[in-house]
Amino acid sequence: MNLLHLTLTEQAVFVLAALVLFTSFALLAQARLLAAVHAFAWQGALVAAATALMAAAGGESHLYLSAALTLGLKAILIPWMLHRLIRRLALERHVESMTHPALVTMAGAAIVIFCYWVVLPIARLELAATRNILAISLSVVLLGLLMMVARRQAVSQVIGFMSMENGLFLAAVAATSGMPLVVELGVAFDVLVAAVLFGVFFLQIRDSIDSLDVDRLNRLTETELEAAEQEGER
Amino acid sequence: MAIHLQFALGSILTLLAAALLGFTCGQHSSRLRRLYFVLIGVAGVLALLAGLGALNTAGPVSVELPFGLPWLPWQVRLDALSGFFLLPIGLVSIAVSLYGPGYVREFAHGGDPLAVLGGFTGLFIIGMSLVVLADDAFLFMVAWELMSVSSYFLVAFQHEQAANRRAAFLYLLMAHIGGLSILLGYGVLAGFGHGFDFDSLRTAELSPLWATVAFGLAFLGFGMKAGLVPLHAWLPEAHPVAPSHISAMMSGVMLKVAVYGFIRFVFDLIGTLQWGWGVAVLAVGSVSAVMGALYALQQNDIKRLLAYSSVENIGIVFIGLGLSLVFLSSGHHLLGVLALVAALYHALNHALFKSLLFLGAGAVLHASHERDMEHMGGLLRRMPWTGLFFLIGCISISALPPFNGFVSEWLTFQAALQAWHLESGVLRSLVPIAAAMLALTGALAAAGFVKAYGVAFLGQARSRHVRRAREVSPGMLAAQAWLALLCLLLGILPVPVINLIDAVPVQLFGSGLEQATAHGWLWLTPIAPETASYSPLLVLLALALVGGGAYWLLKRFGLPGTRRADAWDCGFSAPDARMQYTGTAFSQPMRRVFRPLFRIDEAVDGEGEGRRYRLQVSDRAWALLYAPVASGVQRAARRITWLQSGSVRAYLGWSLATLLALLWVIS
Amino acid sequence: MSAASWLLALLQALLFIAAAPLLAAWVKRVKSRLQNRRGPALLQPYRDLRKLFAKESVVAHTASPLFRAAPYVVFAATCLAAALIPLVAAQLPTAAVADVIVLVGLLGLARFFLALAGMDVGTAFGGMGSSREMLVSGLAEPALLLAVFTLAMSAHTTNLASVIDYVGRADFALRPSFMFAFGAMLLVAVAETGRVPVDNPATHLELTMIHEAMILEYSGRHLALMEWAAQLKLMIYGVLVANVFFPWGIATELTPAALGMGLLAVTAKLALLGIALALSETVLAKMRLFRAPLYLNVAFLLALLGLLSHVILEVGA
Repeated sequence: MNLLHLTLTEQAVFVLAALVLFTSFALLAQARLLAAVHAFAWQGALVAAATALMAAAGGESHLYLSAALTLGLKAILIPWMLHRLIRRLALERHVESMTHPALVTMAGAAIVIFCYWVVLPIARLELAATRNILAISLSVVLLGLLMMVARRQAVSQVIGFMSMENGLFLAAVAATSGMPLVVELGVAFDVLVAAVLFGVFFLQIRDSIDSLDVDRLNRLTETELEAAEQEGER
Repeated sequence: MAIHLQFALGSILTLLAAALLGFTCGQHSSRLRRLYFVLIGVAGVLALLAGLGALNTAGPVSVELPFGLPWLPWQVRLDALSGFFLLPIGLVSIAVSLYGPGYVREFAHGGDPLAVLGGFTGLFIIGMSLVVLADDAFLFMVAWELMSVSSYFLVAFQHEQAANRRAAFLYLLMAHIGGLSILLGYGVLAGFGHGFDFDSLRTAELSPLWATVAFGLAFLGFGMKAGLVPLHAWLPEAHPVAPSHISAMMSGVMLKVAVYGFIRFVFDLIGTLQWGWGVAVLAVGSVSAVMGALYALQQNDIKRLLAYSSVENIGIVFIGLGLSLVFLSSGHHLLGVLALVAALYHALNHALFKSLLFLGAGAVLHASHERDMEHMGGLLRRMPWTGLFFLIGCISISALPPFNGFVSEWLTFQAALQAWHLESGVLRSLVPIAAAMLALTGALAAAGFVKAYGVAFLGQARSRHVRRAREVSPGMLAAQAWLALLCLLLGILPVPVINLIDAVPVQLFGSGLEQATAHGWLWLTPIAPETASYSPLLVLLALALVGGGAYWLLKRFGLPGTRRADAWDCGFSAPDARMQYTGTAFSQPMRRVFRPLFRIDEAVDGEGEGRRYRLQVSDRAWALLYAPVASGVQRAARRITWLQSGSVRAYLGWSLATLLALLWVIS
Repeated sequence: MSAASWLLALLQALLFIAAAPLLAAWVKRVKSRLQNRRGPALLQPYRDLRKLFAKESVVAHTASPLFRAAPYVVFAATCLAAALIPLVAAQLPTAAVADVIVLVGLLGLARFFLALAGMDVGTAFGGMGSSREMLVSGLAEPALLLAVFTLAMSAHTTNLASVIDYVGRADFALRPSFMFAFGAMLLVAVAETGRVPVDNPATHLELTMIHEAMILEYSGRHLALMEWAAQLKLMIYGVLVANVFFPWGIATELTPAALGMGLLAVTAKLALLGIALALSETVLAKMRLFRAPLYLNVAFLLALLGLLSHVILEVGA
């Protein structure tokens, strides 16, 4: 069988990839914000562990650096910043009302099957033995995007955005044993800057419309602004 | 002419005699009524023998009837597939013949003429038998129409109530839309062949696109008649309204005739199968199964619950057919045959246990004049035999060992689990998910029938009529006993039954399921003994041994007996019948968990003493599909009335324009 | 399928039935220790059963014959299900009588009669218990069967002996699909056997009961049979999880040494599972009823992920 031809380390990488997919689903379904941040932190840690194991299996030492970077950034720094943001916005106990969580989970499962089907021709090429993870990584990216669509709370959308990057990273590591380090560092710092900017924006949004429900951002339309201006002139 | 074909034609002639008797003199004397039902029973026996004969004969036999058009005479053919579907017709007819004399006695003194009931029942069974025997599209459609129209009259039998008339109208409308779709499907096939008889349709060469069009039309038409979601809305309206033995025939047999039509069209006539069809059938079947079971759980009218449960079971049959299509089109011949056998077995099983349940519901209706389960209760102590047979029906339909429902579901699961043979990874993940939906259906069905049996037969009686109910006549009991015995036998002796059913794939595809029965009559091994093996007789013996052994051991050690006392009442005064859990309360958790799938209208009206709780659970399909289609049709019709301007000159102008157009086309 | 192997199968079944109260007692004992109590003795359930068998059975006036027959049916179905599971030895002829799906069917038969018995007397508590039980089992069954299917897709069989053979003989491999199926089965086992966090087996408040509410009216020998069947069900799920996912140690030949080793192995595995169950029961609180569907959705999701990991990762293109 296919699985038994791999070494134990490679099998462990598969297990970690499957757990990363599980954390993606957990992010989709988790109604409590703090729990979602913790799930995101776990996802980062699992991706880092998978990278380190692949470094050990393939003997590529620069992957150790990537693993350490991911661990530091995705599993520690960014969750800590999100934690701080949540505390400043006083949202620790916030529980989001999900619209049709069962439907969202089913859509997630359909996306996974679809990604598998899309990746099939690529998976037949002779890439690294862990090419099967490509389908999982693509699913993680798309599930992150689904999370941004399905959740209304703005902080959840940030987490969805970050988990998309996790999926991309996993795909790069699995298929081509890592991106060039320069690209790696660039993307990592982009993500960090994005996290800082999101934090600043959210405070501003909350001050102007008194809520962080992104559906209410549609209040800032042209007609509303004109009406507000006319009110201001009179 | 072969003997089994003679039996089949003999059964039709007997039914014709019965119908004539029913129309003319059945309603005046009870002795003639009994003769009528004896004729129905004889016809059933003849049909049963014809079916068994056809399943044991190697090749099909056919004959040409002296009816029909000069260039298109009616041809009748009895092969293994037709013979298999004659079995439910025969078995249920025998049950109805035993049940009928006792049951229709209550209609004899009512306002509705019994002649209608008797005559049209005969015509209805003739229609179904001819559909199964037809060998050309013309006879098939004539028989299909006969079946639909005569059952309309039966559904509209108690037409004093407006609701019954509406239900009958909906039934007739959908039967005809389905019939039209089937006719168009045959038309597509005939367009590529050179005749309307099945032999020329079989040899018609269709391009994949036209084959899919024909498949789509047939699936729509036969699916509508079989009751697949979302075209099922007529089923829960029409089946409860008919007299109970007619409901048993409609749910038990007519839906199977629709399945027969689908199998004949797709597996026999079309030719090369495509895997996309299999996925579509599998998806629709799974959705029907789950939705049918969910809605059945919410019903409080016992016959409506059974009608929705028919939707669920037809969904299960189509899951098997979908699996068969997927496997056959990808070249896994043996697995496709296994799935087909599982679907056929389930069709036969459903005919048996659904008829049993409807006859039982009819017995309750006869004894207590109640159809609403919320007014029933404690019937097991007042009608012990009906209660026992209804319990057997409930266990069978919930797919629990060792009865027959479990065998067919087990076979369907085994077929689904062979999905690892498929090359496509997407199919390899979709098929087990469909199997998980089947598991959900089984669990929901069991919940629904715990509710039905528990609320209706157990507990305390909730109304005066039910408290005064008494056991029904021996004839009605005999009919239920006959079906219950068959449920048990088909459950513990699956190997001889599969040997019989095996004739169908052998005749359709050339090879059957030899190794399923290769290990003797005791062991059922669909693929191989190491893959899966089941011995229902040993399971039954072990259950009886352990249960009986425990009882005997406890009796033998002379332990203290039993004392009767009041139930535990938590310190309050004696609990009465209104403190019991009602059916609505039983299904409340499911209603809450699956809320988005229903259309729930729940309110508390009134003040103080006059407060009333109102709950209505209706089908989502009405608002999503039927209402928009109906209003669309009405709007289109209103637009077209523009044509009827009332001016004579406008009408003459239309005639002139049409004449000119026709002349131009001809030239 | 010799006479000796049938006899061994019978002995194994009797051992299973006799040992079930012991497992329940072990879990109770560990739980008590965790709560700083001494707890009842390990043989206490046997004394309880003997006491119940010796007592008179009190039946309500409104009960029907089904009420008195149900305990025997429930007990028989659960015993037969227990006899089908390889406890000590794997290659016994009972595997040919029924496979995993029949096992689930037999447990379903027991549950059907249990639910009917709950509705039989015509009280509110019984109906409530039956309704809740059908909700929990209705949502648990797809998860359970999907986990079984994931195993069957790898092992290409539903015959329990063949599955254990497959997992035991293959070289040790980390399979994500098995891990997810294991997680799903643990969650479903807790729900189906009525343990915390789905149902509290030690509660005396009727409004929080699921399983206890259905057997509220039973007493004497009927109650003894029902209690024993519940303990058997716990052991069935325990042995299923232990021997299917971790089959090392089970006897593959029918020699005394292998059988002894098998017995030791299954005792050790069950003891560990008992400790894990007691820990989770102490740490977790019982959920309110309408959180149970969410819990079972997680179980279904795990089983689904197991299936998807199998198709995507283990078999691949």
